[in-house]
Amino acid sequence: MADEHPLKPFYSVLVLAFVCSALVAGAAVGLRPMQEANRITDQKKHILYAAGLYDSTKSIEEMFSPIETKVVELATGKFISKDVIDPATFKQAKAAMTEKYGQSLATNEDIAKIRRLEKYSVVYLVVKDGTTEQIILPVRGKGLWSTMYAYVALDADMTSIRGVSFYEHGETPGLGGEIENKTWQEGWENKLIYSGDGEVALGFAKGKSSKTGEAARYEIDGLSGATLTTKGVDSLMEFWFGDHGFKPFITNMKKEHSNG
Amino acid sequence: MAESNKELLSRSIFKRNPIALLVLGICSALAVTGQMTTAFVMSICVTLVVAFSSMTISIVRFQIPSSVRIGLQITVIATLVILVDQALKAFYFDLSKQLSIYVGLIITNCIVMGRAEGFAMSNPPIPSFIDGLGNGLGYGFILMSVAFVRELLGSGSLFGYEILQLTTNGGWYIRNGLLVLPASAFFLIALLIWLLRSIDPEQQESE
Repeated sequence: MADEHPLKPFYSVLVLAFVCSALVAGAAVGLRPMQEANRITDQKKHILYAAGLYDSTKSIEEMFSPIETKVVELATGKFISKDVIDPATFKQAKAAMTEKYGQSLATNEDIAKIRRLEKYSVVYLVVKDGTTEQIILPVRGKGLWSTMYAYVALDADMTSIRGVSFYEHGETPGLGGEIENKTWQEGWENKLIYSGDGEVALGFAKGKSSKTGEAARYEIDGLSGATLTTKGVDSLMEFWFGDHGFKPFITNMKKEHSNG
Repeated sequence: MAESNKELLSRSIFKRNPIALLVLGICSALAVTGQMTTAFVMSICVTLVVAFSSMTISIVRFQIPSSVRIGLQITVIATLVILVDQALKAFYFDLSKQLSIYVGLIITNCIVMGRAEGFAMSNPPIPSFIDGLGNGLGYGFILMSVAFVRELLGSGSLFGYEILQLTTNGGWYIRNGLLVLPASAFFLIALLIWLLRSIDPEQQESE
């Protein structure tokens, strides 16, 4: 090794770097379509979970067929036509970061701690025989460690929750990670979001939620050992069902529902 | 090296376990042992990466200039890890979601680097491959043992199947909160080291 040519290290490094980068690039490009397909299937699965339509014996595509995807303008709560923004290609996570489709939130408004909010959001409608049965909204917010992503399914009258599904988070497994627990998620069913005066009344109990009385209609079990995660979930619900979130849309849909 | 291939494979599981004797690779042993499934997948990934990186490095060991050998080793390891990570994302999406960043962190797993530098640089490809395999299995053995205790007593299940019904699911078993947290793996690994060194006193360090 003593009489090694001084340039040899450079050659070896160059050759190795070239071979390795070719391998990595090849794998990344070659496998991307499959990864993308997996991601979309996973998302659909969670939308179906939230709506309570998931059945492991059927194919995802088959179960997803009654679900319509639409884009809503958050500020006005109106549907945006397909020609303006196509829901199939609309990238919501990216939209929040752009100037055209997103906006930054002031600290006092940003209770879910998401920093930037998109102006448009995708919503999913479960339509059976021409009538909308459920509406599924994507929500997100900061927990203890991570941003938690979930789908919340509402009844067609837009007052009570049909189901919820948290699909991406980095909370402590066993504690905050219990937001994935199906038993806990079942506790969300039939809870009401808004009180009589239109404020978000949905909340979390310390420990078990009350089973009787007025409070039982709005209260969900808190997660023991995960106070900050529970708080995060509480704030994200307050944010997304507030004025900056889906409230205008929900108000519109309620009107339409009572008229129709 | 007079050791036969069989010895190379088996010595790393009990006699020279990378975690228990060499105390390498502790970081990921804490992180992924909350559930048997993730520990199992992690063990397989690490075994593949160690075995193939050792083999690759051993093949090109005469071409590697000693001044840049660490950098070259890391490049080979990193490439293999990214390949494993990409493949997991494409074929086992749910598992890759659970393992999240830990697959990427195999790069920094001291066992991989340790075997490359300590064994593969001075041995032919086949023994290096087998040595890597053995070390991966030894790592996997400890990981699975720790995960067994942590998942059974911390989450009341094994491989995701419910064994002890938790109070949160309407059962009787109150989970052990400590075992859910990564730090508990320290205690379990220490107990395992104690056990292995009691069975085989040769592993004890002289005072």
